[in-house]
Amino acid sequence: MSTRMFGARIERNVDPKLLRGEGAFVDDIPLPNALHVAFARSPFARARIRSIDARAAKTRPGIVSIYTCEDIGDLDIEMPLLIPHPSMKYPQTQRPLARDQVYCVGQTVAMVVAVDRYAAEDAAALIEVDYEPLAVEIDLEKAVLDGAPLVHAEVPNNIAAHFIQVSGDPDDAFVRAEHVTKIRVQVDRSTAAPMECRAVAATWDAVSGELTVWDGTQAPISVRGGLASILELDEDKVRVIAPDVGGGFGQKVLLFYPDELLVPMAAMRLGRPVKYIEDRRENFVGSSQERTQIHYIELAALKSGEVIGLRDSFLHDTGAFIPYGIAVAQVASTSIAGPYRIPNIWVEFKAVYTPTVQVTPYRGCGRPQACFAIERAMDQLAEELGIDRFEIRRRNLIGEHEFPYAREGLLFADGLKVTLDSGQYFKALGMAAAKLDAANFAAEQAKARAAGRYLGLGLACYVEGTGLGPYEGGRVRIHPITGKVYVNTGLTSQGQGHDTVFAQIVADQLGVKPEDVIVVEGDTKAFDWGVATFASRAAVVSGNAIHKTAVAVRAKTLQAAANMLEADVDDIELRDSAAWVKGSNRFVPLAAIATASNPLRYAFNKAAQAATQFAPASRHDGPPLAEGQAPGLEATEYYSPPQSTWAYGVHAAIVEVDPDLCSVKIRRYVCIHDCGNMINPTIVDGQVLGGIAQGIGGALYERLEFEPNGNLLNANFADFLIPYATEIPNVEVIHLETPSPLNPLGVKGVGEAGCIAVGAVLASGVEDALRPLCAAKFRHVPLTPSMISEALEQAGH
Amino acid sequence: MTHGRIKPASPEDSGDPKIDVEVIVNGEKVVRRVSVRMLLSDFLRHELGLTGTHVGCEHGVCGCCTVHIDGRSARSCLTLAVQVNGGSVRTIESVAAEDGTLHPIQQAFKECHALQCGYCTPGMVMNILARFEEPTPLDLSDDGIRYILSGNLCRCTGYVNIVTAVRRAAGLLGRA
Repeated sequence: MSTRMFGARIERNVDPKLLRGEGAFVDDIPLPNALHVAFARSPFARARIRSIDARAAKTRPGIVSIYTCEDIGDLDIEMPLLIPHPSMKYPQTQRPLARDQVYCVGQTVAMVVAVDRYAAEDAAALIEVDYEPLAVEIDLEKAVLDGAPLVHAEVPNNIAAHFIQVSGDPDDAFVRAEHVTKIRVQVDRSTAAPMECRAVAATWDAVSGELTVWDGTQAPISVRGGLASILELDEDKVRVIAPDVGGGFGQKVLLFYPDELLVPMAAMRLGRPVKYIEDRRENFVGSSQERTQIHYIELAALKSGEVIGLRDSFLHDTGAFIPYGIAVAQVASTSIAGPYRIPNIWVEFKAVYTPTVQVTPYRGCGRPQACFAIERAMDQLAEELGIDRFEIRRRNLIGEHEFPYAREGLLFADGLKVTLDSGQYFKALGMAAAKLDAANFAAEQAKARAAGRYLGLGLACYVEGTGLGPYEGGRVRIHPITGKVYVNTGLTSQGQGHDTVFAQIVADQLGVKPEDVIVVEGDTKAFDWGVATFASRAAVVSGNAIHKTAVAVRAKTLQAAANMLEADVDDIELRDSAAWVKGSNRFVPLAAIATASNPLRYAFNKAAQAATQFAPASRHDGPPLAEGQAPGLEATEYYSPPQSTWAYGVHAAIVEVDPDLCSVKIRRYVCIHDCGNMINPTIVDGQVLGGIAQGIGGALYERLEFEPNGNLLNANFADFLIPYATEIPNVEVIHLETPSPLNPLGVKGVGEAGCIAVGAVLASGVEDALRPLCAAKFRHVPLTPSMISEALEQAGH
Repeated sequence: MTHGRIKPASPEDSGDPKIDVEVIVNGEKVVRRVSVRMLLSDFLRHELGLTGTHVGCEHGVCGCCTVHIDGRSARSCLTLAVQVNGGSVRTIESVAAEDGTLHPIQQAFKECHALQCGYCTPGMVMNILARFEEPTPLDLSDDGIRYILSGNLCRCTGYVNIVTAVRRAAGLLGRA
């Protein structure tokens, strides 16, 4: 192949079917005679259940069965603690259906199975539950005080985990400091809100004893393992398929949501297909959320602006349960120093139970909160020392010659020491300043102010640890009939275009067109070694696994082709789906090589007949397959990263604030972004642009609004404001490509990058814009018109 | 686990009152007897098997379920099936040519990477198509295109590439 596919902006293989409406999402899978599930959910944040009476509900027409915790046998258990950690003294996990008590509004109390969803919802509403409401404390800072109502009676001060990490000698740094800046920042509760809500469907084949589950999950292999284990089935008898999935952003990995266990259970018991298609309200009150953290961050600096120490103490809201362990808080705490040298760090967090939906990672996973804390602190330090905001960052960024840059004592979410592997941080900062014409902004700002307009410049840098292990695999096979290449890995796609980027990697090795590479993932019958799609890890971990595999298949193909063409292996090249003797017109198609590599009894197609025109693909004596030889052109390899790869970027924006409407308009938004080598820059653009839009939502609009009693007030899209096209500007993205030295492809992850810095950028910009009118600091996102109004009012406007 | 057990009795019907619905869908006449409260989105998806129309919020905000009813874009999640009795409905399945060739709007989406997960995409395309089929001139400024898109949520793309795709589609259709 003359053109290298790695790095090419090619269109996606998956698009035509999605555009024609031929996608197959869970609720699109035709399951004749399927039954439908609805749940009765708690209206109270904390309550004792005195009794549950489903008699009236059961008499409704079309009701097949109603289950409470009493009726689900061995499934009436606490769900697994997925990632244990010694800092967690009091880990509490959710149950499929509430037993005795409820811990948040929306908790599942009973499950109705009916002929359709309409009937199931009617019956769920008729289930009478006698609740004895208990006192609650929703406010994170009050929840840890003595005497606060407890979410779990056995957990003192509602503290699920308490963890301190230290790097260097922070106490000494604060003694040496010539200046100390301390601020408080807060990020509020939000939710991923994928356009497709969660969905699970299951069929049970009593003849073969096989359970098939379609689950809009990011982790089908893990779901399969869990289901087999909890339902006591042989792993081979459980097939979990994540078909097309309409966005995930972290919310679709939990293990287990109640429905993921109960729907298969019902299908097995009732002998009919069963499906649960979560509606939007249920997604708001039942599926995982993230974000609330309150940080107290201190920077110890020299007069020069050099930051020599950092202390950060934060509260992390983990909701009513902590099934995912301390992952979100740990990522936040290890990202707290951003791209800055800061050699002395003390960072502490308390993960706090509140009677709300469980918190698990949502795109960003603690990084947006950490970025907001350090970047707002950097701005404050710059202001106090009278240093320009770009300049103070320049004085602290890690230089290219300093990589790998290790933060001794800080352990990342993979359990390994934080070690930033590579980057061009100075260059990125310079590019952002140049692109935004920051040098001339002060004049533009002054001119606008004279005309009664309030412009501000916002700026933030971020890092993103990506590509977490432990491993992923790849299987590559050249098909003997068509010569097309089949690729499997253990991941799933929720829109990231894996089928195209993995095809590009394989196409380069095997000399085929990317559209002739067929990637099948998200099906445990296709490939069932691996972990899941999360933590910006697909390109790094599966990408490199598939690359290794394609290299192995390439070597087999070259050798077989050399044998068939009776040429030296070094004289063979792979292009146009064939192997060629270089500089000649002698070639053999890949289909024929694959066919000839598989000792066959029957020649039933053209490829087999073509293969017989050549010398044998394998030169050996004895049986058709030599000892140790496998049939076909196929390989399976695995890649296990030595540590995380660290991507980074710089975002800067010009915003305009209207002091009368208290509205914020983003005039320009510039993103300098580096995720190492890009497999497909168009897809990278898409990931970054989408992340920034989600970040803008989190920075300005999206807050889950809980009443003091724990009831969620805005569990719908009319009140929880996701940006439309009218709220998102034309973001300007520029890529840098600093190859990661850690893996063969030199790639880093990109999935979460876009959203990380946005809150810090926009708060910085709004503060700058309003400086002539008020001295207010904006350290709380989403930054709403009410906050701006209040700030202006306090300043007498 | 279930072997040897008597299969439980299992109802087939919710007992909802039923009504005949006769409607032209994608140019083809269909007649079905359905529950009086069945949503048009469920009717299309589960009675007719046209699952390209997606359901994102069921309260009329996200636009995933957008179809054309009597030539105008409408939310199928806020419409009862019985309401289209005697009328016509057009869905995403009718937009590409029979041989699968993409419509210029779909083609532009593909060329501009204007979709990721593809869940909101059919609703987006139907909404844009409805606007393109109006005879009034298109405002292809950024603000004008964003206004066309303002009834559809997308959580993946950040919209920038969708704006580009609409402009590209207008070019392909000679509307630029």
